Amino acid sequence: MTSLPEPSAIKLGLVIDLDICVGCQACVVNCKEWNTSGYGAPLSDSDAYGAKPSGAWLNRVHAFEAGTGADAKVVHFPKSCLHCEDAPCVTVCPTGASFKRSEDGIVLVNEDWCIGCGLCAWSCPYGAREMDPAEGVMKKCTLCVDRIYNENLPSEDQVPACVRTCPTNARHYGDLGDPNSEVSLLVAARGGVDLMPEQNTKPVNKYLPPRPRRAANDTPMSLLAMADEATPSGFWKWVDSTLEKLG
Amino acid sequence: MSVEPIVERSPKVADEVKKTTCYMCACRCGINVHLRDGKVRYIEGNRDHPVNKGVLCAKGSAGIMQHYSPARLRSPLKRVGPRGSGQFEEISWEEALTTATGWLAPIRETDPKKLAFFTGRDQSQALTSWWAQQFGTPNFAAHGGFCSVNMAAGGIYTIGGAFWEFGSPDWDLTEMFVLFGVAEDHDSNPIKMGLGKLKNRGKRVVSVNPVQTGYAAISDDWYGVTPGTDGLLILSLIRELMLSGNIDVDYLRRYTNAPWLVIRNPGAADDGLFLRDDDGKPQILDRNSGKPVASNSRGAAAQLQGEVKLNNGAIAVPSFMLMAEAYLDDAYNPDVIAGKVGIPAARIRQLAADLAEAAFAKEIVINQPWTDWKGEHHETMIGRPVSMHAMRGISAHSNGFQTCRALHVLQLILGSVEVPGGFRFKPPYPKPAEAHPKPAGRPDQVTPGKPMAGAPLGYVLGPDDLIIGKDGAPQRIDKAYSWDAPMSAHGLMHMVISNAVAGDPYPVDVLFMYMANMAWNSSMNTRGVMDMLTAKDDETGEYKIPKIIYSDAYQSEMVAYADLILPDTTYLERHDAISLLDRPICEADGVADAIRWPVLPPDRDVRGFQSVLLDIGARLDLPGMVNEDGSAKYVDYGDYIVNHERKPGIGPLAGFRGENGKAEGRGSPNPAQLDAYIENGGFWHTEIPDAAKYYKMANMAYQDFAVEMGFFDSPQPYDFQIYSEVLQKFLLAAEGHGDVQPPEHLRARVKQCFTPLPSWYPPFEGSAVDEDEFPIHALTQRPMAMYHSWGSQNPWLRQIHGHNPMFLSQTLASKIGVGEGDWIWVTSHHGKIRVPVAVMEGVNEHTIWTWNAIGKRKGAWQLDADAPEVKKGFLLNHLIHELLPPKGDGMRWANSDPITGQAAWFDLRVKIEAAAADEPAEVAPQFDQIASPPGLSKPEAMLRYGLEWTKSATKQSKKGQ
Amino acid sequence: MRPAWSIIFFTSISGLGFGLAAWVVLGFIDFVHPQQIFGVGGLVMLLIGAGLLSSTLHLGHPERAWRALSQWRSSWLSREGVLAVLAMLALAGWGWHVFAIGTPPLWANIASALLMAVTVYATSMIYASLKTVARWHHPLTPICYLMFAAAGGLLAILWLQAFWGQGQSDAFELAVLLALASAWGIKLVWWQIAGANGSGSTLASATGLAGLGEVRSIMPPHTSENYLQHEMGFVIARKHTSRLRLIALGLGGILPCLLVIMDGGSTMGIGLALLLHMAGVFVERWLFFAEAKHTVSIYYGHQH
Ligand SMILES: Nc1nc2c(c(=O)[nH]1)N[C@H]1C(S)=C(S)[C@@H](COP(=O)(O)OP(=O)(O)OC[C@H]3O[C@@H](n4cnc5c(=O)[nH]c(N)nc54)[C@H](O)[C@@H]3O)O[C@H]1N2
Ligand SMILES: Nc1nc2c(c(=O)[nH]1)N[C@H]1C(S)=C(S)[C@@H](COP(=O)(O)OP(=O)(O)OC[C@H]3O[C@@H](n4cnc5c(=O)[nH]c(N)nc54)[C@H](O)[C@@H]3O)O[C@H]1N2
Ligand code: SF4
Ligand code: SF4
Ligand code: SF4
Ligand code: SF4
Ligand code: SF4
Ligand SMILES: [Mo]
Repeated sequence: MTSLPEPSAIKLGLVIDLDICVGCQACVVNCKEWNTSGYGAPLSDSDAYGAKPSGAWLNRVHAFEAGTGADAKVVHFPKSCLHCEDAPCVTVCPTGASFKRSEDGIVLVNEDWCIGCGLCAWSCPYGAREMDPAEGVMKKCTLCVDRIYNENLPSEDQVPACVRTCPTNARHYGDLGDPNSEVSLLVAARGGVDLMPEQNTKPVNKYLPPRPRRAANDTPMSLLAMADEATPSGFWKWVDSTLEKLG
Repeated sequence: MSVEPIVERSPKVADEVKKTTCYMCACRCGINVHLRDGKVRYIEGNRDHPVNKGVLCAKGSAGIMQHYSPARLRSPLKRVGPRGSGQFEEISWEEALTTATGWLAPIRETDPKKLAFFTGRDQSQALTSWWAQQFGTPNFAAHGGFCSVNMAAGGIYTIGGAFWEFGSPDWDLTEMFVLFGVAEDHDSNPIKMGLGKLKNRGKRVVSVNPVQTGYAAISDDWYGVTPGTDGLLILSLIRELMLSGNIDVDYLRRYTNAPWLVIRNPGAADDGLFLRDDDGKPQILDRNSGKPVASNSRGAAAQLQGEVKLNNGAIAVPSFMLMAEAYLDDAYNPDVIAGKVGIPAARIRQLAADLAEAAFAKEIVINQPWTDWKGEHHETMIGRPVSMHAMRGISAHSNGFQTCRALHVLQLILGSVEVPGGFRFKPPYPKPAEAHPKPAGRPDQVTPGKPMAGAPLGYVLGPDDLIIGKDGAPQRIDKAYSWDAPMSAHGLMHMVISNAVAGDPYPVDVLFMYMANMAWNSSMNTRGVMDMLTAKDDETGEYKIPKIIYSDAYQSEMVAYADLILPDTTYLERHDAISLLDRPICEADGVADAIRWPVLPPDRDVRGFQSVLLDIGARLDLPGMVNEDGSAKYVDYGDYIVNHERKPGIGPLAGFRGENGKAEGRGSPNPAQLDAYIENGGFWHTEIPDAAKYYKMANMAYQDFAVEMGFFDSPQPYDFQIYSEVLQKFLLAAEGHGDVQPPEHLRARVKQCFTPLPSWYPPFEGSAVDEDEFPIHALTQRPMAMYHSWGSQNPWLRQIHGHNPMFLSQTLASKIGVGEGDWIWVTSHHGKIRVPVAVMEGVNEHTIWTWNAIGKRKGAWQLDADAPEVKKGFLLNHLIHELLPPKGDGMRWANSDPITGQAAWFDLRVKIEAAAADEPAEVAPQFDQIASPPGLSKPEAMLRYGLEWTKSATKQSKKGQ
Repeated sequence: MRPAWSIIFFTSISGLGFGLAAWVVLGFIDFVHPQQIFGVGGLVMLLIGAGLLSSTLHLGHPERAWRALSQWRSSWLSREGVLAVLAMLALAGWGWHVFAIGTPPLWANIASALLMAVTVYATSMIYASLKTVARWHHPLTPICYLMFAAAGGLLAILWLQAFWGQGQSDAFELAVLLALASAWGIKLVWWQIAGANGSGSTLASATGLAGLGEVRSIMPPHTSENYLQHEMGFVIARKHTSRLRLIALGLGGILPCLLVIMDGGSTMGIGLALLLHMAGVFVERWLFFAEAKHTVSIYYGHQH
């Protein structure tokens, strides 16, 4: 299935709100926790208690910053597979292990076929694929394919682990192929963007940019001055008249 | 094209799901533990739980790794090598318990004070404090003194509750939310959920914090305040709001002591006290009659301005007039303070304007009739939708108590406490200082062989309540409730070891500690503390602290310094009560408590500490812990939780009480109570009636509800205390009034700091050192994905935070010629550390910061000796001393708030310089490796959790290292 | 990108093998004894085989390497595998034909040579097709691979001629020199222009935060190094780059040329030239990876 299927009508994906993400890493760890006993081999950790611990994770949160001094703005930035429509990671795969589901667009690795060549990771601009240190196969976000359809879970839990756990509700999951879905409406309302559009991967996942912050040099709104004049004596006059009104 | 593989979409998840309470931090979220083949498959948030409503943070999600940590202690241990070496021998529980009892029994019979029992961030203070009381020692406290007692006490004394765990913003209605100095907090998930709600509703979030990460990063406005100056900033906001008439006069008059008459009689013993009638009721000036009347008089119209002539020639004025006098002063003019607080005057005015707009232009009216405690009926509930939250950023300073009070006063003048859209209490709060017990521990209250007359911790209401001897000497080992820290409601855990070793006020025999890594990250002056713990008396050759008993669940740094280790279970293996008698999990709309219960059996020779404590109590024959025949009253902690009654009908858990399990709050013990909790998801929750949801301090419906629930035996309505008579009483004592007066060397300090209206003074460390030599503030922040020291044994979390750089602004970095990845020396008046550098801009220009408690001691936590936590992770604690620099008077001045004894972590001043190019790329100081206790074995290098449940093609480790 | 020895060895050795094979099937060496066919054939198979074998060394699951032949429709790696197998079969067939029947028809020789070239091209396209690595994603990348294969192959022919005591024509020597010069010449150009403008992606486009101004990374997601940083975050200091380029050029280009010119065609001399050339190509391949920047590194704090 190395070739990409015809674009599916249903395009399942995530919408991540950078205006809300506080960088708490909950999605990161919950993803690891769910998936280490889930789809494919465990997400292993080498040198787990040692000098150079390094493990496979499907989602990581960066911290970026722009501006200087009081105008500096810190942005926490979660990143996992964007389930691209033109997924280069799928077409480069020599074995057919990497595939994009024709039904819902989820990009997956068939670990039984994967030879661990790493080429798909090289072809992904976003760094969304990681080789498992123990199993030697490629790991990536599965969009929790074993949750979203899992009949052993209550229906409200049939969402990705990271979405269910995110304490700030900065992560949304849904069908971005349906222009009227909640996620699509959110993207439209908030000007959701693609990452690295110039790479032409047509990511399904979208990012909602932070709302603009008030600049440090904005002129202050005038206080809703109720006192005749802003002096201690004016203040007492105002207190008196206010009390008068209150009776 | 080949066929698309078929994916298994509905794999089995678990055999069963058990619902309990998380303890990866003190937030206490509800968790669903999915078990498969007797192992933990997955932990998720419990959607029904009042605290987290289904979400789970990074730490909570890493619970599996904590539960199976290789650093778990495996059996009781007896020290065999020198203290600090970590050499132990495994012993039986019987031997451990006999040893402990053997050490404690003689103390109890002779001088119970010789036991210092201090606990960390545990959640069973209702039990531990009761145990201390039954033992008879006043030397008990939990970690609150070094944590955030300023916030807690500032809140209780001012508004009858604190932000902390006792209240929360009205997330659904607030228009503007201001965070002062919060990185993560005990309200971990609720704050995140709340922030998400606000953001999704498009409401304004403001952060006042020298550092802009985490919550501050998503603020709509960020004020990078200079550390230690929030008090000034807040008083300046108060000034601007008062001057412009943006205060809620009606609220102040009805719900605060702003109209209470204060006696003005300079030099006299009653100066600054409230004018009271013969019943002791504070007086207000009634507009209608022009006469002073009791503050709770029905129908009286309280004046805020005016004057009453008293018989003795003195006068009394509403305390509001004193406020105006104090705060309209030009000293708080934004133009005057801007430089000091590091925020331009225009921005300060802007913040004031924003507060005013949200509070008054966006007023909320809820059509909910209610009746106040004076009997006045209200058709509506008026909301001032401004809410705030603050934590250690303003509290962990030597001026923190007054700053926390100032912040509450700011809330009060906006009329935004306990109103729709504002800050709301969680039951059993609000509860004013007067409704709390006073601390016990005075010489006449401590009797060998007997329980103490009261609980060791409480709230003092004046000098007469201090725990001091006739000579004024401190009676507690930490000097809590002495003139050193009169209102130290949580004790001063950070002074215990230091004082005990100095024999000041006296030495102890046994130091008994639980869940506090005092030989490492919870101490100031870590190296000094290690030296103190191993210090020996020159004459006897005995350790200065002769015996140390410690309960930990893991191989922390502290373990090596104990003589007897009582190994605890993990949080999934024991009973715990998250009780209304302690730190509640209630929400503003409901009362709630919860349990932990053994969802897995321990696979080691360990026991839940609370059960062990009860066992020791029974062996010591402590009243309440033994039956008449001398046998143990409780089988274990689970039994205690169900059957212990604090008062008839009131026990650790408020839910499912009574014979039929239907009673709430009050009711006889229900033998099936724990099962009922388990059935209900591990918690109990009941809604507050609608008419009782706001104005709780003054709302009769709520007061009645509180009595029904057993919070109080009678209604306890009260007015918020902007003007603190308690502080004034201490101040008067310092001025020479009354029988109980501070010692000479403390008089000036009490006079400076105990102002009845919140004030600001510069933090002590900054004043004690040469500010030109140490121009920089150095701070720590909690990483959201790590809990103090105990997260580093977690192989998932340690990949996220395995070491901590020191973050510098580009300006500071350029000044000393360093960049990302370089190493610098950071020096304080007390110590010097070499640390790696990272550069970021979102930080106050005079401030550097790092993550807290990432650095680890070599050999601890079953980590490799070359772990990044050892080589590149560091503690700021090496720079912070528990004492201020000596003043040359021979006194030991604690580096603490003079009012509450709160440890002043964030007063730290430092200088920085680049490390030489030829220095090793390794943090300094380094310490000797501590030995691993017997029974713990080096973990496997390659971790493949979940292997047995996955369809892994390769079942054994391929590239194991 | 982190240079992996198995890959460096694979691309250079199999390149040499295919280059040599192409010149052989085009008749650039005479077989005086029929056994020589086996000698050359064996040598070529050894080179190609060793290369391919080494390429499986970096795989997580070498035992499944055969699966890599399946996706030739879209994957250059798969195509390379299929083509390599075909090329080896063709070579074997060619050898059999020469041995058993005689020189094959010209079209077959040309077709076989083309197959070798296309295989090398496919190898290069594994890299050149990756938009994520700007330096590789350049039309000259395949040319470089082809030129090195051609030049190395010619040099190997020269050595075989010396080894078998067949006289070498000056023209052929000139051709070798020309090939070496143009291979390295093109490499010099490639070093200058390939990826010079970056990938077109910046931290601003990678985060969608362009509106905030210049974006910087302040904290990596994890403090411990991950697969991506290990594999794709490899950076080599600029000063090492220029030194290594000189070494590559000297070893792989200038010294072999001088040896070819001065030595007069001894087995030892040309053998040394060939070894030096391959050493140079190894260094060149090492740099091919070490100098290449993956777009992922943008997220980890490296610009562009
Ligand atoms: N520089 C600096 N230092 C600080 C602070 C700061 O901001 N900056 N903050 C201070 C504050 S507020 C605090 S509260 C302290 C916290 O510091 P500590 O009180 O030392 O907290 P921890 O390191 O989390 O845990 C203490 C011990 O509890 C043990 N433990 C964990 N789980 C269990 C259990 O289930 N049972 C038992 N018996 N033990 C268990 C752990 O193994 C650990 O040894 O740090 C203080 N130190
Ligand atoms: N993930 C996680 N959660 C925790 C803990 C943990 O270790 N990890 N620890 C728990 C414990 S014990 C506690 S006490 C709470 C503490 O919760 P917080 O009070 O949030 O703890 P800190 O991380 O110490 O954060 C102090 C914040 O105040 C800022 N600050 C410092 N000085 C000043 C100042 O002068 N003015 C202002 N405005 N801000 C200042 C710092 O930059 C920092 O952001 O967190 C609890 N929750
Ligand atoms: S859980 Fe939510 S808030 Fe936390 S890092 Fe992930 S996306 Fe951000
Ligand atoms: S994000 Fe990367 S791994 Fe995911 S589909 Fe796109 S290219 Fe493939
Ligand atoms: S690593 Fe696996 S999934 Fe990725 S390209 Fe190679 S075979 Fe395909
Ligand atoms: S969708 Fe599932 S696999 Fe993907 S990042 Fe979220 S939790 Fe991980
Ligand atoms: S905040 Fe996180 S660690 Fe703390 S109790 Fe909740 S889930 Fe557990
Ligand atoms: Mo704390």
